[in-house]
Amino acid sequence: MRSMVYRGPYKVRVEEKDIPQIEHPNDAIVQVKLGAICGSDLHLYHGMMPDTRVGMTFGHEFVGVVHEVGSSVQNLEVGDRVMVPFNIYCGSCYFCSRGLYSNCHNVNPNATAVGGIYGYSHTCGGYDGGQAEFVRVPFADVGPTTIPDWMDEEDAVLLTDALPTGYFGAQLGDIAEGDTVVVFGAGPVGLFAAKSAWLMGAGRVIVIDHLEYRLEKARSFAHAETYNFVEYDDIVVHLKKATDYLGADVVIDAVGAEADGNFLQHVTSSKLKLQGGSPIALNWAIDSVRKGGTVSVVGAYGPLFSAVKFGDAMNKGLTLRMNQCPVKRQWPRLFEHIRNGHLKPSDIVTHRIPLEHIAEGYHIFSAKLDDCIKPLIVATSA
Amino acid sequence: MAEIPTPYTSSTPALKETAEELRARIPGWGVDLDPADRPSYPREQPGIETGARWDFPERQPEKWPRERSVEHAFVTPVFGTSTPPKGISGALRKYAYRKYSEGRAAHWLVLIAADRVDAWESHLRSFATLRPDNPVTETGVLSEFSHHGASSRVGKRRADLNHQWIDPILVGAPWVLAGLGAVAALRTLRKHRPA
Repeated sequence: MRSMVYRGPYKVRVEEKDIPQIEHPNDAIVQVKLGAICGSDLHLYHGMMPDTRVGMTFGHEFVGVVHEVGSSVQNLEVGDRVMVPFNIYCGSCYFCSRGLYSNCHNVNPNATAVGGIYGYSHTCGGYDGGQAEFVRVPFADVGPTTIPDWMDEEDAVLLTDALPTGYFGAQLGDIAEGDTVVVFGAGPVGLFAAKSAWLMGAGRVIVIDHLEYRLEKARSFAHAETYNFVEYDDIVVHLKKATDYLGADVVIDAVGAEADGNFLQHVTSSKLKLQGGSPIALNWAIDSVRKGGTVSVVGAYGPLFSAVKFGDAMNKGLTLRMNQCPVKRQWPRLFEHIRNGHLKPSDIVTHRIPLEHIAEGYHIFSAKLDDCIKPLIVATSA
Repeated sequence: MAEIPTPYTSSTPALKETAEELRARIPGWGVDLDPADRPSYPREQPGIETGARWDFPERQPEKWPRERSVEHAFVTPVFGTSTPPKGISGALRKYAYRKYSEGRAAHWLVLIAADRVDAWESHLRSFATLRPDNPVTETGVLSEFSHHGASSRVGKRRADLNHQWIDPILVGAPWVLAGLGAVAALRTLRKHRPA
């Protein structure tokens, strides 16, 4: 099969690989029709995630058709059109049985601090991902769901991570009616977080980024007020003034490990790998939320320490809430919202890139060329 | 703005728009207003039907000794089988897993070092194949010419421009240095070749 493989920092290519095999009775093999590059894939691409091995296939956002099922699979059949959440999880461990699917304890021998994620380094379990023609899907009776007939495949692929994660980010903020919500980052997750904040009754939604084309999308797609932090000497002071010196009730960090805005922090984290991630967005979140407010973190960070202003968070009496999104818990409600026309996730798709051109896709997305917001990957056989 | 800003008194800031105005402007405004009626509430919620018919899953066969965190009691019943450890990088990885817990910075720093070693082991190995690594095609840098590389940056006041200049150096410099090293080694060999 044709498959994206990692060749070292900033380098990927398409190679011929063996079609994955059933390794466990509850596995399925899915033929991928449509995938995506996620902003968090860029952390792998830039060599920031420990134990990212040359030869691995990335990709945790994909939909496709069931090609083969293991002997114990009962909920799926060969030929089913499925969407697969980015979490790999068993459905029965201490954490899964409480709904914490992204924190499953039975699928990642390499680490206890994170669950299993498709194509996301050995730190997340060492599973090959869906930027390929075929992918192994463990616990096929637990994770995947057949795509409803009425649902567009492009909407479905965005339901495997980006939309649920943004929606979850807004949920973690415990938004109350009339709250002022600030979202750092106008990438796909930030856009969906901003859009979701309105559904939860926010009175005001402000999105911060440095790329004008993404801020334009935040205005048109997410109906948000926007500020470009490059235009302000100190974005935190600006946000304080914009909220009558109070600060926001809720701030969502939808940026994560490779935040821009401070050269030194970026170089020590993204380039020298001496931090688990640049803490700029998170520190701005801590600084710009009001005392007693909530900071929600859905931006991805690596396992090393980062220079986070924890003292300010403590002294301000903040609530910090965070997790990888347990995708499947969001699906029923998000299906409703899509069906009712409240959300149209595929509106943020800007690029559709053939798998064979994956190296260009990564570069375009990483370097933010061509007004790229969300690139989908079209399988060779699709 | 009020004469005395919000936080200095007991006042509550006035809403910019009423609920009716927001509902009229934004599709679906307030449909998830009740925090108790949101999908991940409460955070821990026993009893959700997951599709699992097992208490502890059947164990996946271990085809090679699978490295694992020392914070796990055993290798998890299901695991990824991508890219088994090999070479010097593999030895470093096994050492990091065997020696240090996830709570130790050394665990992660050794793994990151192993990643760098792995990249160079793989580059060198690729030169013995019909498809050696090619930093031009593999970085996708040619998309700079096909996807508006210049106009995406020029005049845009993007914050990432202050470090993007480093990226080609980080990617390209080791290749240039390796090339110069190879040339120097060949010259030395020629110099010392018996006449």
